[in-house]
Amino acid sequence: MLIRNQRAFAAGALFLVVSVFYFLMSFKYATGTAARMGPGFFPRMVAILLGAIALGVLLSSLTPRAKREKLEGWDVKGLLWIAGSVALFGLLLAPPHWFPVLNLFTSFGLVFALAALIIISSLASPEFTWIGTLVSTAILIVFCVGTFVYGISLQFPVWPILAR
Amino acid sequence: MDLFTNLAIGFGTALKLSNLAYAFIGCLLGTLIGVLPGLGPLTTIAMLLPITYALSPDAALIMLAGIYYGAQYGGSTTAIVVNLPGESSSVVTTIDGYQMARQGRAGVALSTAAIGSFFAGCVATLAIAALAAPLASVALQFGPKEYFSLMILGLLLATVLSNGPFIEGVGMILFGTLLSLTGTDVNTGTQRFAFDIPQLFDGLDFVPLAMGIFGFAEIVKNLEPHEERTVMTQKITNMFPTREDYRRMIPAILRGTTLGTMLGVLPGGGAVLSSFAAYTLEKKLSSRPEEFGKGAIEGVAGPEAANNAGAQTSFIPLLTLGLPSNVVMALMVGAMTIHNIQPGPQVMTKNPELFWGLIVSMWVGNLMLVILNLPLVGLWVKLLTIPYRYLYPAIIVFCCIGCYSLKNDTFEVYEAALFCIFGYLLIKLQLPPAPMLLGLVLGPQIEENFRRAMLLSRGDATVFFTSPLSATLLAIAAIAVIMITLPQIRSTREEALKE
Repeated sequence: MLIRNQRAFAAGALFLVVSVFYFLMSFKYATGTAARMGPGFFPRMVAILLGAIALGVLLSSLTPRAKREKLEGWDVKGLLWIAGSVALFGLLLAPPHWFPVLNLFTSFGLVFALAALIIISSLASPEFTWIGTLVSTAILIVFCVGTFVYGISLQFPVWPILAR
Repeated sequence: MDLFTNLAIGFGTALKLSNLAYAFIGCLLGTLIGVLPGLGPLTTIAMLLPITYALSPDAALIMLAGIYYGAQYGGSTTAIVVNLPGESSSVVTTIDGYQMARQGRAGVALSTAAIGSFFAGCVATLAIAALAAPLASVALQFGPKEYFSLMILGLLLATVLSNGPFIEGVGMILFGTLLSLTGTDVNTGTQRFAFDIPQLFDGLDFVPLAMGIFGFAEIVKNLEPHEERTVMTQKITNMFPTREDYRRMIPAILRGTTLGTMLGVLPGGGAVLSSFAAYTLEKKLSSRPEEFGKGAIEGVAGPEAANNAGAQTSFIPLLTLGLPSNVVMALMVGAMTIHNIQPGPQVMTKNPELFWGLIVSMWVGNLMLVILNLPLVGLWVKLLTIPYRYLYPAIIVFCCIGCYSLKNDTFEVYEAALFCIFGYLLIKLQLPPAPMLLGLVLGPQIEENFRRAMLLSRGDATVFFTSPLSATLLAIAAIAVIMITLPQIRSTREEALKE
């Protein structure tokens, strides 16, 4: 079978997965009656609606009249640099107690967490240069610590704190 | 005169020296960031949210509102000077604004935009002040079934007016509604869809989600290889329009203001729709339609007045009904909840200083923008020469700090990282994120009102169609949906929403 509109087909598949997931999950919660709804009633109702939409999107992507659309390729490298740098910022700011090596510290402090965030996210750019990145890292760290920690007193550990 | 006493309360709050300062800082920062291409009001507000955490609620809202108009105005500057829309509501401004700039009339185009925006801002502020009280008192009469139908109408209209296939937009609303059910069920105390993660017991936070989808995922997309964009800048010389310019711009500004004020109130309306509609209107009415696209001043004046009016009146449904009509307003709901304000008709009675202060500060903010922007245009233009590779890490940094500071917890940071990946998936599937965010914000209220209405009717679902008000609201929704699915109208909509 030829899928004419691959994009819409993928979108419909996403909707279908979500609706089936919520539909099944909703049975963990009491249904109640229409007058006295339990916590499972409304989620199941919405999940069924979404399931209907999902089928509609899926079927219309297969009809011979559907627009021809392909799936776009992913820039996986860029995505991993950006999402990874954000997650690393969280890990460095407050390492989870079960995380090996990093858990030697209660926190690496805002300065080092920011440095890692900025440098790693900068690597995603095709125009990356070390000198430019290091200079902008320094400027941003000074600005952020000055504004957010000393300026408006947000609660951040600035320097590393060893775990005891 | 109730209106005047109310406005007096508002002036009392808005003209406090500290609040004036926050409005000023908000406008300045908003413009500063909004000028940068690709950074719309939503991203700007999201990334500047952390600086308002420490403020009192009224100061924070005044500052956020300032950021919003600043970003809006900054977008127009970019559109005129370098032919790059800073955000989607200034797309049409690029058409004639940039042509004017190429003819050496960039200064005139900028002052036209400023004058138009300021006038529209004044009118829209008055409209909000006049409409807010009566609308809020109507809203207080609403029972659960009316609220339910109103929200269904709002969500469907917002989807009708956004681009992309309608059915996929509805799917995204439902997806957002399902996500919104995360956390404690208020009626029974049951934990739903929380997977025993304590941070999810209070629900899925809106701010990291918006930052992940609109901030981070957008950055990943912008980093993909694409054609070189060159920023050409030029000296801005004469700022003053001639008498002929005034004669042509004034009627356009008046029409744009009227159109924007009305369209802004519509769910899903706001700035983008207003500016497009105003451009079309000006072109239709003009005795010289051939000049459009070649630097017609009406093509700048009309849309700019309209988008500013629309940006402001989109506050009306939020402040009176508690109903965010677009994503920026949904983020405002998030900001208000951070400061423990539940948006809706009760804000006006419970916090009159905050409510009227915010409205008056809209006018003050507009005045500041004019004073601020005309002399600083040269500086804004210089900002455009900062390469993107230095810009986007800064955006990520501000968003990360904002996420962490929400609850002083890294959970929200991880959430933003996850939604970055999810947002990128949505971009690749061309699914619109805006309806999902509206569903996420309105979901809990929809469920609550649905359950209450059904409880009151003892489980009879026909109650939504037998109450006249609720039935009318649903009928309007049905008409909108039928119209959108008719092939002929669908094609004109696609044409109108095409960028």
